[in-house]
Amino acid sequence: MATLNLRKPALRSVETREASSPTSQGGDYVMEIKGLNAYYGDLLAIKNINLSMRRNGITAVIGPSGCGKSTLVRCLNRMHELVPGGRIEGSILFNGEDINAPAVDPVELRSTIGMVFQKPNPFPKSIFDNVAFGLRINGYRGDIAEAVERSLRQAALWDEVKDRLKRSALALSGGQQQRLCIARAIAVEPEVILMDEPCSALDPIATLAIEDLIRELRESYTIAIVTHNMQQAARVSDETAFLMVDDDRAGFLVEFDSTERIFTNPSHQQTEAYITGRFS
Amino acid sequence: MARVGFSNDLRNLQDELLVLANMVEKAIARSLDALKNRDLALSEEVVRDDDVIDLKRMELEERCIDLIATQQPLAGDLRVLITVLHMSVELERIGDYAEGIAKISLMMGNEPPLKPLIDIPRMADKATDMLRRSLDSFVNRDVDLAKAVCEDDDEVDALYEQVYRELLTYMMASPAAIQRATFLLWVAHDLERIADRTTNIAEQVIYMVTGDFTQANARVSTY
Repeated sequence: MATLNLRKPALRSVETREASSPTSQGGDYVMEIKGLNAYYGDLLAIKNINLSMRRNGITAVIGPSGCGKSTLVRCLNRMHELVPGGRIEGSILFNGEDINAPAVDPVELRSTIGMVFQKPNPFPKSIFDNVAFGLRINGYRGDIAEAVERSLRQAALWDEVKDRLKRSALALSGGQQQRLCIARAIAVEPEVILMDEPCSALDPIATLAIEDLIRELRESYTIAIVTHNMQQAARVSDETAFLMVDDDRAGFLVEFDSTERIFTNPSHQQTEAYITGRFS
Repeated sequence: MARVGFSNDLRNLQDELLVLANMVEKAIARSLDALKNRDLALSEEVVRDDDVIDLKRMELEERCIDLIATQQPLAGDLRVLITVLHMSVELERIGDYAEGIAKISLMMGNEPPLKPLIDIPRMADKATDMLRRSLDSFVNRDVDLAKAVCEDDDEVDALYEQVYRELLTYMMASPAAIQRATFLLWVAHDLERIADRTTNIAEQVIYMVTGDFTQANARVSTY
């Protein structure tokens, strides 16, 4: 089986959750990206990315369109390799172990490093079944109803949907659908949640609700969020990575620092130009 | 270059701040002239004109708030706006000290000063020079100059100490001189505070340029 130190070879039941909280795993960094290059066929999309994600931290990834933000986060749970021609060089360590090692099962990896996408994408099923989906396919042996409720509560959606769990998820509003997708991602108890512009399809009120939720989820998870909204990055994240695109059209990391520093006093002129809107 | 409108607004805001600074600098000079020349009419003018300074400060603050609310400035832009906000408050308070000197002069009425004014005009010159250079450091983003301004505050403090001791001597020698000595002591105190406020401006400039409060506060003001 996988040599990767995933928290759960099979899904843990609720009782074991406290016993192996993320902080008990040791090490300050959950993910360490070293010398990462990502390609689409021959095209180099991002080059030589080095950064580490702090445990129970929120890392924002910002940068202009086409700089490789989404590509970067998709490498973190091996979704990049699902794109034809998608391949990487360098290493990505999760709890100190290489996620691209031959023995690692990418499907299992993706339940440990979950993802929430730009557009809410609930399955055309009931609210309950959406959240239960990952549990069922993973052969969860605990109480599914309890796990669904816990996930919906964590996603700050329970009170709004508890009386209509059997109704179609597609009837929910955009903001609710996105929170449902977050509930679905956390139901399988990941350690890391990757969010690729999770609020870009939402109105401002729903956006703020998701941002509050992200801040709360930080207690239990490590989060990476790609966003075009710099105020959002400033509001929710602890650390921010700024990517730019070079003349060769490959994205590269300009600066990675505490969010406070990036937004008040960045070290690089390119970062300053981008976040103050002087970028052209 | 993107955000042309915002860049222009930021530039105009800084120009308007210098207009306020100029008004304040003139208020100091006129309050001192009025004191030296016993020109009560001029003192009254300084008191009256302080309202204009107050209004200018409010106008600047409103413009800063408006830009923060509508433009969501970040990094260097944010630091400039916060600095203008701080500086407009400091300048307005400096204006209040000039007004205070004018009011003391009015209280003195037609009485001659206790003694020829020597160190008080020196204090005023030094404080005004500090103010001018702190504004230069703002315009030229000159951290070294701002640091030098902070250092100069010690000179004003030393002059204040000197004035204080001298006036104390007068008071001890003649209780009848106490009231007139106190008036001059108040003037010296106002000038000392002007230098302190100027130091705050210079520290704010250091923060604006470096983004680093520890550098800005390396020398903590005595008050």
